[in-house]
Amino acid sequence: MGDLNQQMLDKYSNNFLREVEEKVDDGDWVKMCMQCGVCAGSCTFGPDWEHTPQKIFMMIRAGKREAVLNSHSMWLCTSCYNCMVRCPRKLPITHIMHGLASYAHRLGLAPKDQPTRDFSLIFWENSTKTGRVNELRMTISVYFREGFVSGIKKMWTLRNIGRGLFFAKRLNPMELFVSHGCKDKDGLRRALKKADEIEARRRGYAVQPRGYSS
Amino acid sequence: MAKREYAFYPGCSSQLRGSAANYLVSVESMCEKLDVKMTQIPDWNCCGASISYAGSSELARHVLSARNFALSDKHLPGQDIVATCAACWLGGRETIEKLDASSQLLADTNEALKEAGLEYKPGTEIRHMVEVLVEDLGYEELGKPVVKPLEGVKVAGYVGCQTNRPFGIAGESFENPMYLDKLIDTVGGESIAKYEEKVTCCGGSLAFCEPEKAEKQIKTIVESAYDHGADVICTPCPLCQANVEVYQSEINRKQGTKLNMPVVYYSQLLSVAYGGTLKEAGLDGHIIQPKKLQEIAVKVVPTKR
Repeated sequence: MGDLNQQMLDKYSNNFLREVEEKVDDGDWVKMCMQCGVCAGSCTFGPDWEHTPQKIFMMIRAGKREAVLNSHSMWLCTSCYNCMVRCPRKLPITHIMHGLASYAHRLGLAPKDQPTRDFSLIFWENSTKTGRVNELRMTISVYFREGFVSGIKKMWTLRNIGRGLFFAKRLNPMELFVSHGCKDKDGLRRALKKADEIEARRRGYAVQPRGYSS
Repeated sequence: MAKREYAFYPGCSSQLRGSAANYLVSVESMCEKLDVKMTQIPDWNCCGASISYAGSSELARHVLSARNFALSDKHLPGQDIVATCAACWLGGRETIEKLDASSQLLADTNEALKEAGLEYKPGTEIRHMVEVLVEDLGYEELGKPVVKPLEGVKVAGYVGCQTNRPFGIAGESFENPMYLDKLIDTVGGESIAKYEEKVTCCGGSLAFCEPEKAEKQIKTIVESAYDHGADVICTPCPLCQANVEVYQSEINRKQGTKLNMPVVYYSQLLSVAYGGTLKEAGLDGHIIQPKKLQEIAVKVVPTKR
């Protein structure tokens, strides 16, 4: 991971905008931003963002590579698409934020213990294991991500919700043992593995080890 | 004989034992009354939702959607795909849009899909259940099977984000879509035209990892419904439903509020109005009981007018 970061630093030296354009999903749109600020004012968790999308776009142009990639901001995107439909220049802002977050993670520069990053990784692993999400196992993984004691505490705090969902038949302990899934999960995982290989080839990365091979 | 047939993509949360299991139940009973036949796409997979971007690549997410499309095309040729989940529908729409625009992305997706013995051929349509209702059937048709109008039930139509943005329902505005209010009125309920939080984000999947921030959104959404005298909030999205219903007790615990506003799906309103029982309408699947709807559901069906 660290090596990839150095490789990119060497390749793009002072041109972070070009790096974003070439490496980040939909990054080629960044230069279109005219700094109007509608995205910043439309953002669901906007007040919690250290750098709003508007600022992030300016920071990219100003070459503030580390400040952008180390930021928690993009990880606060709820995928509400409000910025995107309101942007007068039609920038796919939601996708750019996801792309930046994903790129930061790939380079190993995303903040440590970023809760959304951790959730995202858990979600992907969970859903691609059998081809469908197992909500109970996913929830447990999320709550226990900071360790056993903190997991127990969280489960205890939310026990009433759990009980409510259980009686509403929307949560079932059986999910720990029997999971929904695709019959051809092996085929699905082969396809995803291949997608990783193609992606690496296109972007000039090494293939990320993921354990799709089953 | 069914009048209309669709390939059905229910999505993970709607499965048995899932957090939106009652959504699927109510959709099935609603569709039965509307003579709509929905056949599940055999062996469908998760769409990746909007949250998997750290762990996956864009291409991998397109492969997920394209696999479902290819399976649908293979087993249910010629049928439009219908999704009931906002994120499933949105993810599918994005894949179609991107693959239509880039022949390389299309070729890459198919190179990966070949590993599963499948091929995606452009031309697929994925539609939200709501689109089927308002576009293919229309409000007039939707009003016909009503045997128990939801008289006196005040419903805050909470559209949320992903059924509304960035694609939305054709002809509707992003800031004030009207279809949900019209659906509510069609089945005899009372919609709330001035409900301000109609398109406010509930926090989405970040309710999991940033609960405090999401709870702030949810509190606003619920309080506004109270301000307008709503009996129930109604939504087309399984994540909106779960978040807005489930976290009210947490907000109460932390902030001493007394929020207790039921949250249901549009399909449950329709199902009850069409004479569905508690069970058929999935009204036995709530933490906060939608009492007014439950009362209507247990009433004896009057003879059809």
